[in-house]
Amino acid sequence: MADDMATLLTLQNASVTIQGKALVEAISLRVGSGEFVCMLGANGAGKSTLLRLAHGLIAPTHGACARVPIAEQAMLFQRPALLKRSAEENVRFSLAARDVPYAEQVARTDEALAACGLSALATRYARSLSGGEQQRLALACAWALRPRVLFADEPTASLDLNAVHAVEAVLRALHAQGTTIVMTTHSLAQAKRLAQRIVFLHQGRVTDDASAALFFAGERSPSASHFFEGERL
Amino acid sequence: MIFNALRDALGLIAAADGALFQIIWLSLKVSASATLLAALIGMPLGAWVALTTSRLRTILIVFLNACMGLPPVVIGLLIYLLLSRSGPLGALGWLFTPKAMIVAQTVLITPIIAALTRQVIEDAHAEYKDWFASLGLSVWATVRTLLVDARFSLVTALLAGFGRAVAEVGAVMIVGGNINGFTRVMTTAISLETSKGDLALALALGFILVSMVFALNAVAHAIKRYAARRYG
Repeated sequence: MADDMATLLTLQNASVTIQGKALVEAISLRVGSGEFVCMLGANGAGKSTLLRLAHGLIAPTHGACARVPIAEQAMLFQRPALLKRSAEENVRFSLAARDVPYAEQVARTDEALAACGLSALATRYARSLSGGEQQRLALACAWALRPRVLFADEPTASLDLNAVHAVEAVLRALHAQGTTIVMTTHSLAQAKRLAQRIVFLHQGRVTDDASAALFFAGERSPSASHFFEGERL
Repeated sequence: MIFNALRDALGLIAAADGALFQIIWLSLKVSASATLLAALIGMPLGAWVALTTSRLRTILIVFLNACMGLPPVVIGLLIYLLLSRSGPLGALGWLFTPKAMIVAQTVLITPIIAALTRQVIEDAHAEYKDWFASLGLSVWATVRTLLVDARFSLVTALLAGFGRAVAEVGAVMIVGGNINGFTRVMTTAISLETSKGDLALALALGFILVSMVFALNAVAHAIKRYAARRYG
C-alpha cells in the first residue's frame, strides 16, 4: 500500500492455529484506505481464515491484528444469511443492529436497495429471491452501514455469470464511493477485473503481495505462477 | 356395554352437556395458562442456553433434557409440599385450586419448551452467527432476533408443551384434588369416571382429548407449511 494512505488494517506476524494445525501463519499485512485488495489462492490456502481474522471474527493465536472499530466494518459472506423477512426489513435490521435511528434507517435502506438494483424487490421476502439477488441484498445490508472497509468472502462463488457481473458492479460502485474492499476469490479473471492489489496465499502463508498490474504482468512467486497456469499446487 | 357407553358418550357430546363442557373449558384454561407461563420462562431460557458459551452449558442441557422426563406425580408431590398449609408457600392458599394446577403444569412443561427452543435456536444461530457477530449484535438482541425469526418452528414447541399439559393427570390430581365443578379437568375426570364405572362421560372426554391432540398437530403442521411457503 502507498505510505500516504490511512491504515485501516494491520496484521503483524499473525497466525491462527486450531488443534495444532496452522491455518494461516506469520502474516504481516497493511491495508490502506481506498484500496481494493483481492486475496487469491487455492481452496484451503487460508483465504477465508485470513479474512475472518482481519474482520475480527477470530483472534490470532500468535501475533497481532489492529483494525478500525467493528462499527466501521462490514462483511459479506459466501452464502448470504438473510432473515425470514422482506428485503427492506433485512437492510433495516442491519442498521438497527448498529443503533441507527429509525428515520435514518428508512432513508439509508431505500438508498442501499436502489444502489444494488433491488428497489423493485424491496417488499419481497428475502428467501424467495434468486441467489444473485440474495447476494446483492446482503451487499445492500453492508452498503447501508456505510462501512470504511468491506470484507467479502468469495461473494460470487456459487453464482451464475450474470449474477457475478451484477455483484461485481455493486462492489465497484461501493469502492468508487470510497469504501476499502478486501475480498477473497479463487477466480483469477475476477481478481483481474476488480483488484488494485493482489495478496496470494499458499498453504497459509502470503507468498505474493503486489499491485494487480505487476502480478498479472508476471511478477509472481513460483506457487502463484503454478496457480496462474492452472496447475495443481 | 362398550357399545352402550360409546352411544351415550356421543349423546353427551351431541347434547353439548353442561358438565362436560365445564370440564373441557377448565382444562383448556389451565393448560393454556401453563403453556403461556412456560413459554415466557422456557423460550428465553432455551435460547440463552443455545447461545451461551458458559461452562455450565453442557450441565444445563443435560439438566433440561433430564427434566423433560420427570414423573408428573413427583412434580405434583413437590408442588403439594410447597403449597400445603405448612409449606413455604402455604400462605398463598393455592392448594386445591386451578392456580396450583397451573403451577404444576408450568413446572412440568417448561423444560420441554426450553429444550425444544434450544434446539430450534441452536440451528437458526448456526446460520446467522457470523453475520450477527459481524454486526456486533448483543446476546440478548441475538436471542430476540432468533426467537422472532424461528417463530413458526417455535409454535411446534408450544403445541408440544400444551399437548403434554392437557394430557397430564398425576400432578393435577395431587395439587388440584379433582373437585367437581372447581378443579376437575378432562384427565382427572376420565380417571375418576372410569374407576366409578361411568364409561360414557370418560369416553366422551377421551374422544375430545384425542381430537384436540390431533387438531393441535394438524395446526402445527399447517403453520410450518405456510411459513415454509411464504418465508422460505
